[in-house]
Amino acid sequence: MSRAAWAGQGWRAWLGSAAPNSRRQARLGEIYRFSRALMRHPLAAAGLAIVLLLVLIAALAPLLAPHAPSAQHLADRLRGPGAQHWLGTDELGRDILSRLLFGTRITLGIVALVTAIAAPIGLAIGCMAGYAGGWVDAALMRVTDVFLALPRLILALAFVAALGPGIENAVLAIALVAWPPYARIARAETLALRRSDFIAAALLAGASPGRIVARHIMPLCLASVIVRVSLDMAGVILIAAGLGFLGLGAQPPAPEWGAMIAAGRKYMLDQWWVAAMPGIAIAVVSLGFNLLGDGLRDVLDPKQR
Amino acid sequence: MIEARTLTARFGATTVVDAVSFSVAAGEAFGIVGESGSGKSTLLRVIAGLHEAWSGALLLEGAPQGRRRSHRGRVQMVFQDPYGSLHPRHTVDRALAEPLAIHHVGDAPGRIAAALHAVGLDAAHRFRYPHQLSGGQRQRVAIARALILEPALLLLDEPTAALDVSVQAEIIALLQRLRRERQLSYVLVSHNLAVVAQLCERVAVMREGRFIEELAVGDLRAGSAHDPYTLELLRASAGFRRAARRV
Amino acid sequence: MTAPLLEVSDLVLRFGDTEAVRGVSFAMGRERLGIVGESGSGKSLTGRAILRLLPSGATLQATRLAFAGADLLAATEREMRALRGRRMALVLQDPRFSLNPLMSVGRQIAEAYRAHGRASMREARAQALAMLEAVRIREPQRVHDLYPHQISGGMGQRVMIAMMLAGDPDLLIADEPTSALDVTVRVQVLAVLDEQASRRDMGLILISHDLDLVASFCDRVLVMERGRIVESCAAAALDQAQHPYTRRLLASRPLLAAS
Repeated sequence: MSRAAWAGQGWRAWLGSAAPNSRRQARLGEIYRFSRALMRHPLAAAGLAIVLLLVLIAALAPLLAPHAPSAQHLADRLRGPGAQHWLGTDELGRDILSRLLFGTRITLGIVALVTAIAAPIGLAIGCMAGYAGGWVDAALMRVTDVFLALPRLILALAFVAALGPGIENAVLAIALVAWPPYARIARAETLALRRSDFIAAALLAGASPGRIVARHIMPLCLASVIVRVSLDMAGVILIAAGLGFLGLGAQPPAPEWGAMIAAGRKYMLDQWWVAAMPGIAIAVVSLGFNLLGDGLRDVLDPKQR
Repeated sequence: MIEARTLTARFGATTVVDAVSFSVAAGEAFGIVGESGSGKSTLLRVIAGLHEAWSGALLLEGAPQGRRRSHRGRVQMVFQDPYGSLHPRHTVDRALAEPLAIHHVGDAPGRIAAALHAVGLDAAHRFRYPHQLSGGQRQRVAIARALILEPALLLLDEPTAALDVSVQAEIIALLQRLRRERQLSYVLVSHNLAVVAQLCERVAVMREGRFIEELAVGDLRAGSAHDPYTLELLRASAGFRRAARRV
Repeated sequence: MTAPLLEVSDLVLRFGDTEAVRGVSFAMGRERLGIVGESGSGKSLTGRAILRLLPSGATLQATRLAFAGADLLAATEREMRALRGRRMALVLQDPRFSLNPLMSVGRQIAEAYRAHGRASMREARAQALAMLEAVRIREPQRVHDLYPHQISGGMGQRVMIAMMLAGDPDLLIADEPTSALDVTVRVQVLAVLDEQASRRDMGLILISHDLDLVASFCDRVLVMERGRIVESCAAAALDQAQHPYTRRLLASRPLLAAS
């Protein structure tokens, strides 16, 4: 066996070992097993591929884009897809393909920031409410209910209107409307887990409520929240696009996909590509996140372990 | 070790444990036998400090216990379901290290290795996750976890009910050995008279929240009980006798 | 000479690459056969294989699988459905999961009668009440209208038995029928099974992990370990069993009587 093949064999065997020698090996082994399980779902793998492609494009946009996103070629405005401009040009002669590629950065940025803000908040509130019970639970859940009662896009609009247009405010607004479902999910999981014997064992060992929530309950709620986050991504992207469409998100000349659709609206009948291309991009990325979310749910579902 | 007087416990409006009084001496193994709904598991949880809706008097090692307890590790418990008593995302090592970390006990790796050895497991099991262990192995980990803080009292809630028969025998033998070696006190709850008879010295029969009878294990084995319910349990445990075959 | 009630030859059950049952062979007449084993021995799967009620992903192979002379391997799903409940029945472990929670108990028994085209609604109801009495349930009229969550475990198992006996089967397979019950209730349910099996002259397969139970209830015992039959003997002769696994099972029972 060649040295490279033996090295590959050894690495896989180390990860798959039934008797790990350290915590790190055990944890990496779990991640490895999880990835293999995920790869067995073709649709989930497709979703993951789309998401990874998005990340790759965002990282390599300057290298991949044939033109600068704000470079205007007014002589070539509203050209259809062709050799020079693969996806055509918009009303200011800017290459749509390049704008889409650079737009992935904005989309990814929004998605990442919203997740980073909303998921931990929702998780923490839900777990605390579920574990504490009593008036703490009631109070936190009523706050959650208030946020859930209003339609997300309208609420986001209201926040942005109050805070002022701009991409940072859009992110904040979307995060503020995204956390309540995560809190609900985390609370439901916590209520079920609270009665478990392993929590009782932790109590008997002297663990404080904070320790139990942070180290025992939250890691178990994480799976459901992650699945919900993935499935929500499509919604987040659409809200961002909606805000961009209304001129409240990213400001021109930023190549945000929603804003591109808004600009293309006027030319929809004759120069359909100006609005359609960003629309297709949004659809594909939303699909990718949905597929990934479905796959994650199948793999993370404890009943199927 | 334990002194309980008129312990009464509730679940909402229902009284599950009804004025139970008993005592357990240090180093003794006390069994509580009952069928489902007798309240035996709830009684155990009251002693453990896991159930707060109780009244009466409870003294552990002479100290009176209140409703809210600070768990110092003197009392530990082994649960029935080996699949539910270990955190699914913690390795064995992590599960055993946690009690030590909470009480700032030093030399964790050494103590963990010693605890695993004491229950018949070895280093190969140390970094596994619960779903990589068999039922018997998980129960051994649960016992190791219970003993790692060196408690004086071990509460056992049907520890072998969910295990295969051959594994059950091993776990019973393990519990017998550990008790001898560490001079532990046990309170064992079970619906299986034979298991209780193997591990305990004295037995209480519980029904609908009350202690019907208390007897020594010798009397239990000999079948010399007084209460008709105890006799019925003994008869039922002896197995099924077939009706005469019609020719 | 009439064919044995059930013939199983070289039964193999595979899940992907693993074999859960590896070459099990036995035959039985109208007698009580016990199958004992621990978890993973394949005993429950064997019982279900006879009824061809297998989980998805399982493949069944056998040299011969016949019920009263009829080949079960070649039978279509439709033919199996006609057999199940009517000539072969299965009693499961926990009535909380095997009874329909949305239908009253009496209706479920009546449905079992009507499913095999045997009765009108009125007749079925009368039969259901008769069955409830036959399984020694007191106040059958009252219990008839109760829902599964309103009756105790022991009563639920007896209802299950009543349902399964509605078709007057020739073979009853009971998979851990008393494992979920309290000790005192267990004895009552077993008495019911005993009476019904004797009265109807059925073949009965009792699958359990409880060696004592099987030894006291059955005529013959099969001991299974990891998919294979390691011992086959008369129940009375179980104490003299030779195979090391059987001896280990016998030795590991905690005994109540003084040692």
